[in-house]
Amino acid sequence: MGTKIAVAVDDLTVAYNYKPVLWDIDLSIPEGVLMAIVGPNGAGKSTLIKSILGIIDPIAGSVAIYGKPYTKQRDKVAYVPQKGSVDWDFPTTALDVVMMGTYGSLGWIKRPGAKEKKLSLEALEKVGMLAFKNRQISQLSGGQQQRIFLARALVQNAAIYFMDEPFQGVDATTEIAIINILKELRKAGKTVIVVHHDLQTVPEYFDWVTFLNVKHIATGPVKDIFNDDNLTKTYGINYKVAVQQ
Amino acid sequence: MSPMIDIQLIATVTAAACAIPGVFLVLRKMALISDAISHSILPGIVIGFFITHDLASPWLIIFAAFSGIITVVLVELIQKTGLVKEDTAIGLVFPALFSIGVILIAQNANDVHLDVDAVLLGDLVYAPFDRLIIDGADFGPKGLWTISVILVITLVLLLAFYKELKISTFDVGLSSALGFSPVILHYGLMSVASVTTVAAFDAVGAILVVAMMITPAAAAYLLTTDLRKMLLLSVLFGVGSAIGGYWFARWLDASISGSITTVLGLLFLIIYLLHLAKD
Amino acid sequence: MRYARKFAVLRKQSLLGDAISHAALPGIAVAFLITGAKDSNVLLLGALVSGLIGVFWIRGITTKTHLKTDTALGLILSLFFGFGMLLLTYIQKQPNANQAGLDKYLFGQAATLVESDVLLMVIVTGISLLVMLLFWKEFKLLLFDKNYAMTLGFNTKFIDGLISFFIVLAIVIGLQTVGVVLMSAMLLAPAAAARQWTNSLSTMVILAAIFGAFSGVFGTAISASQNNLSTGPVIVLVAAIFVIVSFLFSPERGIIFKQIRLIKNRRDLQLKKTLYFMYDIVRDHDDISRPHAIRILNSFQGFTKKTLSKLEEKDWITIQGQNWSMTEDGFETAANLYNNNLPES
Ligand SMILES: Nc1ncnc2c1ncn2[C@@H]1O[C@H](COP(=O)(O)OP(=O)(O)O)[C@@H](O)[C@H]1O
Ligand SMILES: [Mg+2]
Repeated sequence: MGTKIAVAVDDLTVAYNYKPVLWDIDLSIPEGVLMAIVGPNGAGKSTLIKSILGIIDPIAGSVAIYGKPYTKQRDKVAYVPQKGSVDWDFPTTALDVVMMGTYGSLGWIKRPGAKEKKLSLEALEKVGMLAFKNRQISQLSGGQQQRIFLARALVQNAAIYFMDEPFQGVDATTEIAIINILKELRKAGKTVIVVHHDLQTVPEYFDWVTFLNVKHIATGPVKDIFNDDNLTKTYGINYKVAVQQ
Repeated sequence: MSPMIDIQLIATVTAAACAIPGVFLVLRKMALISDAISHSILPGIVIGFFITHDLASPWLIIFAAFSGIITVVLVELIQKTGLVKEDTAIGLVFPALFSIGVILIAQNANDVHLDVDAVLLGDLVYAPFDRLIIDGADFGPKGLWTISVILVITLVLLLAFYKELKISTFDVGLSSALGFSPVILHYGLMSVASVTTVAAFDAVGAILVVAMMITPAAAAYLLTTDLRKMLLLSVLFGVGSAIGGYWFARWLDASISGSITTVLGLLFLIIYLLHLAKD
Repeated sequence: MRYARKFAVLRKQSLLGDAISHAALPGIAVAFLITGAKDSNVLLLGALVSGLIGVFWIRGITTKTHLKTDTALGLILSLFFGFGMLLLTYIQKQPNANQAGLDKYLFGQAATLVESDVLLMVIVTGISLLVMLLFWKEFKLLLFDKNYAMTLGFNTKFIDGLISFFIVLAIVIGLQTVGVVLMSAMLLAPAAAARQWTNSLSTMVILAAIFGAFSGVFGTAISASQNNLSTGPVIVLVAAIFVIVSFLFSPERGIIFKQIRLIKNRRDLQLKKTLYFMYDIVRDHDDISRPHAIRILNSFQGFTKKTLSKLEEKDWITIQGQNWSMTEDGFETAANLYNNNLPES
């Protein structure tokens, strides 16, 4: 595990209206971890990711990606949003959507060429979707759509990956396929940060975890801090109950 | 060239110039913004006329396009407050601006020879007679030149920023994450749509502009799942209906813009029925 | 006829009214072509029929294809209207065309309304009011949760059709007054203004009717007082002023009061951050009201002398010389600051 800090969050406070959604978050994520963010619904997990990516303005505090503000580090970051944020009827194919991941490195005006296409096909192959490359995206199942979005993040070739509930509404095969790819990313030295709901699979999938519920409760290796104490602090109820919910 | 060919040329070029921004408006679920723009450019035209005293001045197009942009900005401001549903904002803004235009015209009826009917409905019949004459040489109808320049600019912009338009239309989040400002692209598109609307409505009227922007795109959207093909098909449908509509109007001896709209409508109806039959 | 329009705002089809008023035009032209008379009841019937065809085609497009509502509305609006224009210009070219008066449907002509027109409006208004009261509960349910209404066994198709019918009817009747072009404003503006003052559907309907009526009366009066001031546009502008005033000044949702609240709340939040910092210090002691030196707050960035006096004003702390101590109230507030998301356990 690298000793560099990939993401540093300092004193972050966010409110949509008057109630704080995130309260004084201090958090540092070391490079090369596969990390879950856990917390009950409305804990501010999506908000945390969005504020790290500058999509939401915080009231106070700051975020650094490898020591610099996000706007200077866009090319180092890939983000897979919570599902349902695009129009699936859009006239475009699976391959086309994946290719969009390469646009960032191209910059304005320049068109994607053979190199970008090759990268995108490789990414499609990695997520097991090569056979569907010419499918219109509305003709894909929920799990397949999620894989396409993952492939798109892969071609961005970022250093840090953010994913908001990638397992939502996907079948078990897809879930395993996705987690295997995430594990591969970590092996390649990438930092992967995933909002996750299923507490039971945390020890199996992740090596690092953040507990969040408006306040930051704990961050560390799963084997050290994934325990009843932190779960109770986060969910306000007994760990066993939380797992069964 | 005869007026007959001139009219068909103007209609054809206008149809092509409208179809391109139309595709992106439909995909962005902003089809109705074209309706709003086509109405609210009226006060811009009137005010532009007060300043220039020349209905043919290119400044008029600038003024009118500017009031198109103001419409878009106002709609967005209202949407941002969250006080009403998104589409309500459109319906609140454009009738108010249009009313201001109508009142300005009525108040200055002696100075402004603008007819609200003509604004709404336009008339291609007169378009060929306003000619571009340089040093005594006749270069054809002015309207044809204006809309052709706009079509060329639209095409250049489309070719240059195709990728950016596509990504910001499909996924705003990714677009901004990758550094393609959705705001810039949005206003770029809106500017093109406004300028096209102004130039087109002079010849074909406000309502036909809306039909020419939305209908070809909607019909093409029912037929293809490829954005390039959708753009090509829309231009084709627009151009075809323009020529077909012209001859239909001659045969019926009725309004050309009404007739082009009707042909567009029939075209859409057929494709719609085919689509229903397919499922 | 004013309550039908309120529903249009609620159903995410705000511009349905705009589309319908345009879609009515070919009906008027066809009715004229068939009967050759410009008896306004016959023309209105034509308008009603083509308006309804428009509505059902919009339904068809949005439910049976992947085209979205905005595209469907834009299509019907422009295509029907263009077709109507074609028919009107065709009629104009006919030798014995007596089509004068048809264009009052385009721009509206409150001044030329005759007694029988007004009578018709009153009757239709009465009937729709009656239907509205009869089906009030069902309307309300359908507007807010269609699926739930269906599970309760309501015939949603019937009610849906009924609502559509009354929207079209209201619009068609109103066409003569404000005309096609400005119709959508009259459908939306009073309802949008009313929405800002209340959360209750019935109050909103009444308020919107009042705003609409006032716009009509004021607008007509203003335009009558001056030459060259067309009635329709003035009515629309008066309605627009109602909207602007409501957007700005409504106490609950208005932009001005909301902004003031937001600024206040953000300032409050800064204050609470200081309070929470103090809470962290205090909570390690058994006696929460034990005094602490103000000096120890120095490491806290957001802290100023002013924050302290603000905190004291709110009775969250007390200050004695160089010391502060926390009150019960302050302790409670701080303790509940962030765990209000925790489920009760
Ligand atoms: N756009 C928004 N406007 C107002 N409140 C919001 C908005 N987005 C989220 N919230 C509120 O912020 C809190 C945290 O939301 P979110 O970050 O989505 O939680 P999570 O992803 O952990 O479920 C919730 O209480 C939610 O209601
Ligand atoms: Mg979330």
